[in-house]
Amino acid sequence: MSAAGTIGKATGKATGKATGKAWVFGDDIDTDVLAPGLYMKGPFEELARHCLEAVDPTFAPGVAPGDIVVGGLNFGIGSSREQAAQALKHLGVGAVVAKSFGGIFFRNALNMGLVALVCADAGRISAADDLAVDPAEGLIVNKTRDERYACEALPPQLLTMVQDGGLVPHLEKKMAQTAQEDAAR
Amino acid sequence: MAQTLAEKIIAKAAGRGTVSPGEIVTCRVDLAMMHDSGGPRRVKPVLERLGAKVWDPEKVVVVSDHYVPAVDAESAAILDLTRKWTAANGIGKFHDMQGICHVVLPERGHLRPGLFVVGGDSHSPTGGAFGCYMFGVGATDMAGVLVTGETWIKVPETIRIAIDGDLGDGLSAKDILLHLCARIGMGGGAYQAIQYTGSTVANLSMQERMTLSNMAAELGAQAGLIEGDETTAAYIRKAGGDPGDVSAWRGDDDAAYLATHHVDAAALIPQVAAPHSPANSGPVTDLGGEAIHQAYIGACTGAKLDDLHMAARVMKGRKVADGTRLLIAPASTRTTAAAAADGTLATLTEAGAILLPSGCGACAGYGAGVLAEDEVCISSTARNFKGRMGAKSSRVYLGSPFTVAASAVVGRVADPREFLEGGAP
Repeated sequence: MSAAGTIGKATGKATGKATGKAWVFGDDIDTDVLAPGLYMKGPFEELARHCLEAVDPTFAPGVAPGDIVVGGLNFGIGSSREQAAQALKHLGVGAVVAKSFGGIFFRNALNMGLVALVCADAGRISAADDLAVDPAEGLIVNKTRDERYACEALPPQLLTMVQDGGLVPHLEKKMAQTAQEDAAR
Repeated sequence: MAQTLAEKIIAKAAGRGTVSPGEIVTCRVDLAMMHDSGGPRRVKPVLERLGAKVWDPEKVVVVSDHYVPAVDAESAAILDLTRKWTAANGIGKFHDMQGICHVVLPERGHLRPGLFVVGGDSHSPTGGAFGCYMFGVGATDMAGVLVTGETWIKVPETIRIAIDGDLGDGLSAKDILLHLCARIGMGGGAYQAIQYTGSTVANLSMQERMTLSNMAAELGAQAGLIEGDETTAAYIRKAGGDPGDVSAWRGDDDAAYLATHHVDAAALIPQVAAPHSPANSGPVTDLGGEAIHQAYIGACTGAKLDDLHMAARVMKGRKVADGTRLLIAPASTRTTAAAAADGTLATLTEAGAILLPSGCGACAGYGAGVLAEDEVCISSTARNFKGRMGAKSSRVYLGSPFTVAASAVVGRVADPREFLEGGAP
């Protein structure tokens, strides 16, 4: 219901970079724990308060803007409900990095303007490590451990979309450009 | 260049001669399907923000199946919004409370081989049973499709799953898929395209093929394709659709596959998935025995007419065990009508089954039949994630409709085969 208010809300940074504390989760974090079905029909803000509650009740109340969610294999498997990615974005999560993602969640995250990066070394990150994530460089810097992890690069068009703040602001930009070109003709 | 079926469909949709795995292409969408949960209520604000209209209302199907029938003010408001939005946007293909989208879509003749279809639901690979490239997307992706008529796709590799041999009595497509979930895991499909082949698949009904394709989602694949044949064409014609040239949509013999997994269907015994993952599957002879409170036959995965027939074969002349409840939510109104006409519903209700409305229901914890704390359920649905069907401490086993019905009779997770000896329908 509140989709228009939160989809693609700009982070103020056109780079998509994020800096924050790591929240580490295991393998197979599914969309039912990210966006519990019980709250799906109600107000989105209420749903977001229950994000990941079944596996870590301290997450939603404790996560700070810019914090990084770190997953294992198959992060976001299950439903196509994009509230799973939207809840993380709404709570201020700066990026999600994981060894692998559920395919629909990965698309949804980028569409929401939430940086999602595949990182084989995600398992080296511990809870509360200080991280800096740069999607354009495809790089995670772990300041706590003084380590650097390479991520799979996002294809250029998807990097542009996530830097624009997601699919909706990206389409807005493209439609405005088209209108300008039409006017100039 | 030799192409797989997935590559051929994507190349056509991209306006290209051929495509190669790994490249990102923009495709024209032949059909876009969405439901009441991820559909109008989510795409409406986006379209309004962009000042855009639906690119082609003829190519859009809307199905209300998640919040049906309304149980409170919130669900009633969602269904009301869905009705008003479809009317205002000229969506003629609107199926309101007629059943679950993945079952209604082929039932109404909307699918045929070669189509490039997006669905606003993760079980959209079900459409692959009809030789379509159909995959699930979220609501913003769907809004992008509604505005532009296009979407991007990374051309997938194709993973072939060759299934051969005759399934034993009391076994079904669901057992094959649970076995695969354990074997290759929920990431085994790697968001690539799965294609099911082999003699077992060729002999399956369309509804059983749909179960295979449906649970390609649980294998982590983007799509779950089956090449069309005469069975496909006959189903589509009966549904009032035009199958087109089914033989035109087949992969080339010398196309490249990322991997081929072989399944010996004749060697399978009934499978169940223990809580809380479909990948926790194994033979019921190893994993059975736990006492259950509820048995549930429902969802796009497990409540089609074939599924109800399986349950009825087990339940005929038997009763649900004391202290256990058997809930059945037929997948569509046409399923209910057919099951009423052939006596299946009478068999099930005489055994003590409780009938629920057609819809997604308890599968995802949306509708009637959710679980209390610490309750145990066996379900013919596709997912048993923690808390999905109700309270966080509830525990869900997955099984075929045969196995769910047998468990309802025994009151424990049970092997259905002993209930079928000599028991032809």
